Amino acid sequence: MQLIPCPWCGPREEAEFHYGGQAHVAYPDDPSALSDEEWAQYVFFRDNPSGPFAERWSHNAGCRRWFNAVRDTRSHDLLAVYRVGEPMPEVTA
Amino acid sequence: MTSPAQPPGAHLPEHPDFLWENPEPKASYDVVIVGGGGHGLATAYYLAKVHGITNVAVLEKGWLAGGNMARNTTIIRSNYLWDESSGIYEHSLKLWEGLEDDLGYPILFDQRGVLNLAHSLQDVRDSIRRVNANRLNGIDAEWVDPAGVKEICPIVNVSQDVRYPVLGATYQPRAGIAKHDYVAWGYARAAHAMGVDLIQNCEVTGLETAGGRITAVETSRGRIAAGRVALCAAGHSSVLAAMVGLRLPLASHPLQALVSELLEPVHPTVVMSNAVHVYVSQAHKGELVMGAGIDSYNGYGQRGSFHIIEQQMSAALELFPVFARAHLLRTWAGIVDVSPDASPIVGLTPVGGLYLNCGWGTGGFKATPGVGDCFAHTIAHDKPHQYNEPFTLERFTTGALVDEHGAAAVAH
Repeated sequence: MQLIPCPWCGPREEAEFHYGGQAHVAYPDDPSALSDEEWAQYVFFRDNPSGPFAERWSHNAGCRRWFNAVRDTRSHDLLAVYRVGEPMPEVTA
Repeated sequence: MTSPAQPPGAHLPEHPDFLWENPEPKASYDVVIVGGGGHGLATAYYLAKVHGITNVAVLEKGWLAGGNMARNTTIIRSNYLWDESSGIYEHSLKLWEGLEDDLGYPILFDQRGVLNLAHSLQDVRDSIRRVNANRLNGIDAEWVDPAGVKEICPIVNVSQDVRYPVLGATYQPRAGIAKHDYVAWGYARAAHAMGVDLIQNCEVTGLETAGGRITAVETSRGRIAAGRVALCAAGHSSVLAAMVGLRLPLASHPLQALVSELLEPVHPTVVMSNAVHVYVSQAHKGELVMGAGIDSYNGYGQRGSFHIIEQQMSAALELFPVFARAHLLRTWAGIVDVSPDASPIVGLTPVGGLYLNCGWGTGGFKATPGVGDCFAHTIAHDKPHQYNEPFTLERFTTGALVDEHGAAAVAH
């Protein structure tokens, strides 16, 4: 089981966390102006890289707060964690 | 003890003939299939056999059938809810029923039936609905009560004093298992015999296009020109599609499975449970083969987290108390490409001559013959086969989804 460093609580076991998929997917500014294609992209299409991936986690069994992480999807190594609203940090995989 | 007159193994027979060769890639092919797993090999086989297209290469970055084809739990069934799914999965099951003769190779296809357990009143309603839908589509399906479950599979715990009691199950008698390696080898051998080049240790690193049409693939063994390119790369489909700027609605997740040591035959059928996340059969050799739900995070590492195995084992023990003394032999993970509606994407792409077969998620093995046949048809005619026509990439824009989260039977 891997440890995930919650930005508020510190490193905790993975089983305490809930995964939230890709980070930084903003709700559309003007939803009524979206085409079907743009809605499809917003609802269904996500990045799925083999390598560093910015994603959301929630510390469900801890502080219950959401945060972002950059994780290498090949090694599952957590390269950085940062709070919601902060920009994605530079990482080297 | 005196030393033997002959070195160890000298009395053994010669290595048997290889089932296929390892050719150097040619400079160009009519069709290049990316991915030498079950789907890629089956597609090559039907391209050659049904459509007479034999100037075909199957490119595999590792060794043949070493990805998900070597990592699945070999369950074959067609009891999906919607007409679209019934079409392709039942087509596949019918091909499975004749596959051993068709390939001229043993695949140990064994129609021992599958039970999909219901553990809640909602499960019961959904299951009975699915049975009715299956029967309307001509698929064998029945609803069995807990006593019926016990009769079909005596080791299932159907007592009421467990956290998730068994309230009944759907039963498909024609479902079963096959020996995954033999299936791949059978397809590879037959495709090779018809002139298909199977090229291992050949990773695709780029896709070349000109004027909106695919022209070649760049590989770790050089450039290979191609009239048509067919992607059968399962968990790595997003990575390949990105090479032509195509975004897919897929998430690649680890999916774990495990086997016990070899045991006497105790488990006569296949048992799957959506609610408690385990599916179990006993392989011909005797191992109990058990699959888990997917790991929650995206991952390409072919390994998952231990707590998933713990949950899977607690579910297995509640359903099968007799497993308590079985020992775990090994665990592993494959990378599954999960789509938003738990249905595959098989068809054309915006790039001319580039075809897509992905999104099978946790259920690709059972589809091997069916999708091989339909995908070969799609490539040969530049037009989908009737059975993969509903499974377009465009459905995520039009909204014509085929929601099979219930019948997919693995937690997504």
